[in-house]
Amino acid sequence: MAEAKFRIWRTDEKGGGGFEEYSTEVTEGMVVLDAVHQIQAESAPDLACRWNCKAGKCGSCSAEVNGMPKLMCMTRMSDLPLDEPVTVEPMQTFPVIKDLVTDVSWNYEQKKRVKPFAPRKPDADDGTWRMAQADVDRVQEFRKCIECYLCQDVCHVLRDHHKHDEFIGPRFLIHVAALEMHPLDTGDRVPELKREHGIGYCNITKCCTKVCPEHITITDNGIIPLKERVVDEFYDPVKRLIQLVLRKRS
Amino acid sequence: MADYQQVDYDVLVIGAGGAGLRAAIEASASGVSVGLVCKSLLGKAHTVMAEGGIAAALANVDARDNWKVHFADTMRGGQYVNNWRMAQLHAQEAPARVRELEAWGAVFDRTGDGRILQRNFGGHKYPRLAHVGDRTGLELIRTLQDHGVHRGIGVHMERTVIRLLLDSGRISGALAYDRERGRWTVFAAKAVVLATGGIGKAYKITSNSWEYTGDGHTLAYDAGAELIDMEFVQFHPTGMVWPPSVQGILVTEGVRGEGGVLRNARGERFMFGDIPDNYKPSTAENEEEGFLYVLGEKHHGKDSRRPPELLTRDHVARCIVREVREGRGSPHGGVFLELQTFAEWFGKRSAKFDAEQHWKKKLPSMYHQFKELGGLDITKQAMEVGPTTHYVMGGVRVDSDTQMSRIPGLFACGECAAGINGANRLGGNSLSDLLVLGKRAGEFAAKFATENARPGAIHSDQVESATRLALVPFERSGNEGPFQVQHDLQDLMQDLVGIVRKEDEMQRALDGLQQLRAREAKVRVTGNREYNPGWHTAMDLHNLLTVSEAITRAAILRKESRGAHFREDFPKKDTAKFGKVNTVIARGPDGSMQIRLEPIPPVPQELKEAIMAEGGGQLPEELR
Repeated sequence: MAEAKFRIWRTDEKGGGGFEEYSTEVTEGMVVLDAVHQIQAESAPDLACRWNCKAGKCGSCSAEVNGMPKLMCMTRMSDLPLDEPVTVEPMQTFPVIKDLVTDVSWNYEQKKRVKPFAPRKPDADDGTWRMAQADVDRVQEFRKCIECYLCQDVCHVLRDHHKHDEFIGPRFLIHVAALEMHPLDTGDRVPELKREHGIGYCNITKCCTKVCPEHITITDNGIIPLKERVVDEFYDPVKRLIQLVLRKRS
Repeated sequence: MADYQQVDYDVLVIGAGGAGLRAAIEASASGVSVGLVCKSLLGKAHTVMAEGGIAAALANVDARDNWKVHFADTMRGGQYVNNWRMAQLHAQEAPARVRELEAWGAVFDRTGDGRILQRNFGGHKYPRLAHVGDRTGLELIRTLQDHGVHRGIGVHMERTVIRLLLDSGRISGALAYDRERGRWTVFAAKAVVLATGGIGKAYKITSNSWEYTGDGHTLAYDAGAELIDMEFVQFHPTGMVWPPSVQGILVTEGVRGEGGVLRNARGERFMFGDIPDNYKPSTAENEEEGFLYVLGEKHHGKDSRRPPELLTRDHVARCIVREVREGRGSPHGGVFLELQTFAEWFGKRSAKFDAEQHWKKKLPSMYHQFKELGGLDITKQAMEVGPTTHYVMGGVRVDSDTQMSRIPGLFACGECAAGINGANRLGGNSLSDLLVLGKRAGEFAAKFATENARPGAIHSDQVESATRLALVPFERSGNEGPFQVQHDLQDLMQDLVGIVRKEDEMQRALDGLQQLRAREAKVRVTGNREYNPGWHTAMDLHNLLTVSEAITRAAILRKESRGAHFREDFPKKDTAKFGKVNTVIARGPDGSMQIRLEPIPPVPQELKEAIMAEGGGQLPEELR
């Protein structure tokens, strides 16, 4: 392959920033993260980028490549058009710390707001539990999540409408789904889904599913079933009628 | 005077992989205040890369398994220079630690009757690895993380500790910088647990990420603790070799555990040609038997034995190196690992077998990794693999029961501590090690903090000298860059202290390391202290150089081949001289690295019997 041009977001001392142009040699099999590292070594030693495993397993190197939320370590240069500069910028939904690094601490706070796992008492003779594989397949799908927060980045409720105080975002809806569908769990998180976690804001555009590097079917398998549970609990007409009657009597 | 913020804890845990998280949870459960320092973001540590599983004698798949067999397997894998007491505690307590994870929300793959499924792995007699497809490490770290966040642990992300602080020989805290702004934090603590992981970045080809620069090893050594077994560095036999940008990334042993076959460029299944004598009785005699073993089925009415691809990691790695050196390697300098032979064989037995679905279910992240990084479909094509620096058995010398080093209040667990694995670690024993010994480290650190309730003093001169040293690179002129020194160090260790070692090459390595030390002292960093990778690399160099020297000195001293340590000039075991000793490293009064051999305490009779029961009634020479 040949020389490729890049436009990489660089923050300045005052907290603003702009794109700077770089070029570097692209070789076979290279991913965007390799190119960023190469640029770092060749011409920009203080270019900040967050990364770890470089194998799509830790979810650290999230950024936007040509405007698409991507893991830089899993985006191959050979899949990008190189006749124009490759744009690399930080995730837009979170505040930038420096260059490509964003402050994702908000996400860690959201997890604390979700009620923890609460298993039922062990019921097998040996003091453990029995669970069939078929009953955990769906939960295992959700637990593949590497917490890269690309789904949070792309979600318009957070990205465009900045509802960070009212909506926990697709990542944590999936976290709730994994708990709610866990065969051993006894907790009930449905009231919070409606009142505190803002599940109603999601209007199922499925952007999160599209960008998930783990190919978790976030919307169809996770969020929609949770929405159904909220509907069952709060908007079922028969249930509401009974509740209404009971309330009048008391 | 350096400007720093001070945070006080009873117990400070440095490192937030599996071991650190488990230690923090345990310490916090006993009621003390706990701080957890992560070099990266929480939940991103290298534990997420662990694929195969957690070794624990649950006996869910084979009822004959028990802790004694697991103990004997671990000792045999470690060639009997392990800390036998740690190996014993590990084997005894691992099942409880795995069940506890399930109680905290982990969702392991299931057996037909709904229990935790266990898979075969190299060196383990029975199917023993509790797993979740091939992403067990992620399950483990996420379970601990999610359990831990509700316990009031103070989490400090993207901070790197550069110095341990002492007060009259006792630990009193640690000094760290944050990546975001480069500010200093002093963590004052009554007890400190090191759980910083490995040293992979001392080598060019490694499965480890940038974080693994021997921080805990060096912090402990600099503070006066001892390191043991540093010559034992595990080269995992199967890392990716192509494309170049992913060289070294791990290809799980689970691929071989599920029937993967190694072949050279001539198509020969070369592992059948080189089976060590002590493993002959437990290795399959032909392809059929090996595949039956994978399925857990009998061969001619007897228990089938493991395929040769599942021999210990050190042996498989050396066989691959030999094939490549002798000109039978794959196009990019590795060998082939393929699933097609098994699929074809299995397809003949069962018409319903769908190879593509089968491998996607069994090895989802491997499928993903090769598809997306290598453009290769492992269900249809052979992978190219070669050895990659994976794990260091050596580390901080700690007490077997409490995990405390010789510095009062300083504990270590996980990869940065040593003892349990001896000369070679079995796959799956790392995740169980970090649960069992991580828990112990947390428990005893909390106990120490409670019993020594008066905290040690923070001495400003220690903080001052460490911060000054860290900031010097900004003031230097010249053109020595940190990345170049790091690359040259990695090349040196890869070439001279790698899988196959020789005295003269290692002596050259020592000279080279000295020159690199001199270059490190001239490294210049540009830019400012905010998220500056050049500066961070400059600070890591001291650690990389320290562990590299320790590895080299220990490897020179052990003039025999044992486990992961292979000497071309001493290709055999020399049990009389080296079979009952550990190498021990400490800093001498003049600041130079001192190394000595120290005898291993005798193994008690009960444990000897457990080993004999698995060794055909024979006691290995090391234990006689």
